[in-house]
Amino acid sequence: MERVIFYILALIMIVFAIASVTSRKMLRSVIYLLFVLCGIAGVYFLIDYNFLAAIQLTVYAGGIIVLIIFSVLLVHHIEMELEIAKPSKQIITTIACLLGLGVFLTTIYAHEFNVVENSLTTTTAEIGTKLLSYDAGGFILPFEVISVLLLAAMVGAIIIAKGRKLEERSQKSEDSSI
Amino acid sequence: MIPGISIYEILTVTSILFFIGVYGFITRKNLISILMSVELILNASVINFVIINKYLYPDMLQGVLFSLFIIAVAAAETALAVSIIINLYRQISSVEVKDIETMKH
Repeated sequence: MERVIFYILALIMIVFAIASVTSRKMLRSVIYLLFVLCGIAGVYFLIDYNFLAAIQLTVYAGGIIVLIIFSVLLVHHIEMELEIAKPSKQIITTIACLLGLGVFLTTIYAHEFNVVENSLTTTTAEIGTKLLSYDAGGFILPFEVISVLLLAAMVGAIIIAKGRKLEERSQKSEDSSI
Repeated sequence: MIPGISIYEILTVTSILFFIGVYGFITRKNLISILMSVELILNASVINFVIINKYLYPDMLQGVLFSLFIIAVAAAETALAVSIIINLYRQISSVEVKDIETMKH
C-alpha cells in the first residue's frame, strides 16, 4: 500500500516539477510548484515525520507560495506569456542536467548504505526538547541565531520594499504641513 | 521508513527533482521563475536530509532539525528576494533578467 502511494507521489512530484519549469504561464507554474510542495509533504507523512510535514504545508504551501503569487500579481499581467530560452540553449542545458543526473545516480547506486530497519515514530515533544537543549548535540544556539536572522530579514524586506516613492511622498507631506 | 521502498529509489526521485530545478534555474529568463527553481533545489536537498536521517540513523534527530533550519532560511531568503524584485519593478518596470543592469557596478 505504502509502495503504491509513494510511486504516485513521486510521479506527481516529477511531472508537476517539469510542468513548473517549462510552463509559459507564470501563475500556472506557481500552482504547479504548489503541487510539488504538497507531494513533498506527503513523503514526510509517509516516513512518519508529521511535524516536518506540517511545517512544510504551513511555511511552504501556505506562506512562500502566497508570497510568490502576490509578487506575480503585482508585477505581471496574467495573460502575458513568458519568453523561453533558445532551443539550442534548452538542448545544451538538458544534456548537462542529464549528465549531472547520471553522475549522481552512479555515485548513489555504487554506495552501500547501512540501512537500519525500523519503524520508530518521532513525536513533536522530542524535536522540541532537542531543539532547546543546552547539552552536547543540542540546537539552542542555531535556534537563537535563526530567530535573529528572521527578524533581520523582516526589517530588511520592509526597508527594501518601501522604496523611494514613499519617502518622497512623506517629505512632500511634511513640507506642505510646514 | 516506508515499507517496500529502498533508500535508492527515494534518492533517485530527489536527484531528478534537483536537476529539474537546475534546468529551470538556467533556462528561465524571469526573476520570479528563477526564485521558484531555487525553491525546488532547496526542497530536494531537504528531502535528502530527512530521508538519510530516517533510513540510516533513525534514533537521531539531526537531519530533521537541519531541515527545519533550511526551511527557515529559505523563507527569509524568499521574502527578501520578493521585496528586491518588487523594488526593481518600481524602478525599471521589468523583472526580466536582461533588463536589469542598474545593479551591475
